[in-house]
Amino acid sequence: MTQWINILIQGALLGGLYALLATGLSLSFGIMRMINIAHGDLAILAAYLALAIAEPFGVNPFLTLLVVVPVMAVVGYVFQRTILNRTLGSDILPPLLVTFGVSIIIQNLLLEIFSADTRSLKIGTLSTDSINLIGGIAVGTFPLMVMMTAIGVLGALQCLFSFTKLGRAFRAASDDSETAQLMGINNKHIYGLAMAIAMAVTAIAGIYLAISTNINPAEGSARLIYAFEAVIIGGLGSIWGTLAGGLILGIAQSIGLQFDPGWGILAGHFAFLAVLMLKPNGLFPITRDR
Amino acid sequence: MKKNTPDVQGGPASYIGVAVWVMLLVIAASMPWWAERANLRLLAEFFYMLALAQMWNLLAGYGGMLSVGQQAYIGLGGYALVLLGLRAGINPFLVVPLAGLVAGVAALPIGFVVFRLRGAYFAVGTWVVAEVCRLLLANTTSLGGGSGLSVIQAVRDIPSWWREAFTLWMAVGLGGGATLFVYLLLRSRHGLALTAVRDSEQAAESLGISIGRIKWSVYVASAIGCGMTGALIFITKLRVSPEAAFSVDWTVAMFFIVVIGGIGTIEGPIIGAVIYFLLREVLNGFGSWYLIVMGAVAVGFMLWSPKGVWGLLVKKFDLHLFPVQRRLRLNIKKHLGSQ
Repeated sequence: MTQWINILIQGALLGGLYALLATGLSLSFGIMRMINIAHGDLAILAAYLALAIAEPFGVNPFLTLLVVVPVMAVVGYVFQRTILNRTLGSDILPPLLVTFGVSIIIQNLLLEIFSADTRSLKIGTLSTDSINLIGGIAVGTFPLMVMMTAIGVLGALQCLFSFTKLGRAFRAASDDSETAQLMGINNKHIYGLAMAIAMAVTAIAGIYLAISTNINPAEGSARLIYAFEAVIIGGLGSIWGTLAGGLILGIAQSIGLQFDPGWGILAGHFAFLAVLMLKPNGLFPITRDR
Repeated sequence: MKKNTPDVQGGPASYIGVAVWVMLLVIAASMPWWAERANLRLLAEFFYMLALAQMWNLLAGYGGMLSVGQQAYIGLGGYALVLLGLRAGINPFLVVPLAGLVAGVAALPIGFVVFRLRGAYFAVGTWVVAEVCRLLLANTTSLGGGSGLSVIQAVRDIPSWWREAFTLWMAVGLGGGATLFVYLLLRSRHGLALTAVRDSEQAAESLGISIGRIKWSVYVASAIGCGMTGALIFITKLRVSPEAAFSVDWTVAMFFIVVIGGIGTIEGPIIGAVIYFLLREVLNGFGSWYLIVMGAVAVGFMLWSPKGVWGLLVKKFDLHLFPVQRRLRLNIKKHLGSQ
C-alpha cells in the first residue's frame, strides 16, 4: 500500500515537470493556434545556456534562472516577430514545417557546440533529499519544488489571463484575431509577448529538466512528445488542464514502470491515446478549435 | 458520354518530362553492369528516399494530413524483413512487397485511432503511434529487444552482384513507382477528390465526396509504400534495431526533401531529393552541418517561397513536367465546330 502511494506521489511530481514543460506549448497552441515543434529543443537550448553559465563559473544552477529566463523571453519575442508571425494563417502546415526546420537547426547546433555527451546541472544533495512523512511515505524535495513552481507559474498565468489588460488581449487574439485587431490590438506584438512568456516558462522547465535528469542535444524531441501529450490530454487553451494532463501522464508512466522498466513511457503513450479515443478534444477544452 | 471532371491537359513539356524521366530510370536500372558499387548504393538510397518523400508528399502535400509518424511503417517494414526474411526464410526481395502488405494491414487499426484526430492533433497522434511501435518492439526480446538484430543471414545466400543489382532495381521501382502512382492518382477523379478534401472538408463533403474513405485509402497507400521501402532499406543496412527503424529522422528527411523541392507537387520531391543528396555529399565531413544547412534552407523556403524550388520554376517558366492541375482552356474552334 505504502509502495503504491509512493509511486502515485512520484508520478504526480513527475507530472509537475511535464506540466511546466507543456505550459509554453499550451500558450502558443492556445493563443497563436500554432504548433511549435521546436519547443522541446528550445527547452534544451535553455538548459545548455544554464550549463554554459553554471559550469565554468561555478554558479548555483538556480541562479542561472535569473539570466536564462529573460534571455529566452527575448529569444521568444524575436523568434515570434521575425519568423513565426510570417507563417500564421488558416493553414496549420507552414508554422509546423518552419518550427520543424528550426528544431533540426537547434538540435544540431547544440550537437556541434556541446557534443553528444549527456550532461546535467548539479545541485548537490538537494537532488536526492526527501521529506519523510508518516507511514514510510517519502516526497522528494526537488520534485516537490518543481511541482510548486508549476502550480505557481500556472496560477500566475491564470491571474494574468483573468485580471489584466494584457490577459484580455491574449484571450481576444485567441478567440477572434481579426476582431481583436479591429479593436486596436496589435496582434503581432501580442503574439510576440505570448511567445516571450511561453519561452520564459520553457526556460524554467528546461533548467529543471537538466537538474532532474541527464540531457543531450537530441533530448528535445523526446521531451516534446510528453509536453504535447500533456497539452492535448488537458484540452486546448486550458491552463489547469495542462497540469491535469501532466499529472495523468506522470502517474501513468510511473505505474507502468512498476510492472516493467520498458513499459513506463509506453504506459504514458497508451494513456494519451486512450484519452484521445474517448475525448478527441482532450479532457477540459476551453478554447474553440478553429 | 460527358465526363463530369475536367481533363488534365499537358503541354509539350509534360511529354518531354515523362520521356526524360523514363530514360533516367532505364539508365539507372542498367547501372549494375557498368557503374561502381559505391555509386549503386548511393543511387539506390536516392531512389528509396524519393519513394518515401513521394509518399509523405501524397499525405501532407496533397491530402493535408501532416503525419510525423510515417517511420512507424518504415520500421514495420524493417521488422517484416526480420520475421519473414530471417525467421521464415523467404527471399528478402520477395519480402519487400509482403512488407507493404504488413504495413498496409497495420495501417487499418492505426488509422482508426489517428483519424479521430485532426490537424495538429493528428500530427502528434501519428508520432505517438510510431513511438508506441518502437517501444513495443524494443520490449520484444525475441526480436532482439532494444539492440535489434542482424539480418545478414537472410541475404547471405544471394550472390553479391545480384544483391546489389536487385537492391537498385527495387529502389528504382519503388521511387519510380511511387512517382507514377501519385501522378496517376492525381490525374484520376480520386486525386481531385483528395485535393478538394485538403482544401475544405466541408465543401468537399457537400459535393458528395466521402471524406473518410478517401483519407483512409491514401493513408493506407502511403503506409504500404513506406513499408515496402522500409524492408528494402534494411536489406541494405543489414541490421534492424528499434532506434534506427522507428527513428523520427526518416520523417525529417522526407520533410526536407518535400519542402525544399516543393510541397504538393510531383516534381518537388524529385528535385528535393537531388538537392538533399547534393548538400549531403558537399557537406560530407562537416558532421551534422549538412542538417543545419538543410534546416535553414527549408525554413527559408517555407518563409519566402512555400512552394519550394519547383514552385519558383513554375512561376518563372510555367513548366509542368507531370501536369495534374485542372486548367480551364476554352477551345473556341472546337466549340464552334460542334454547333
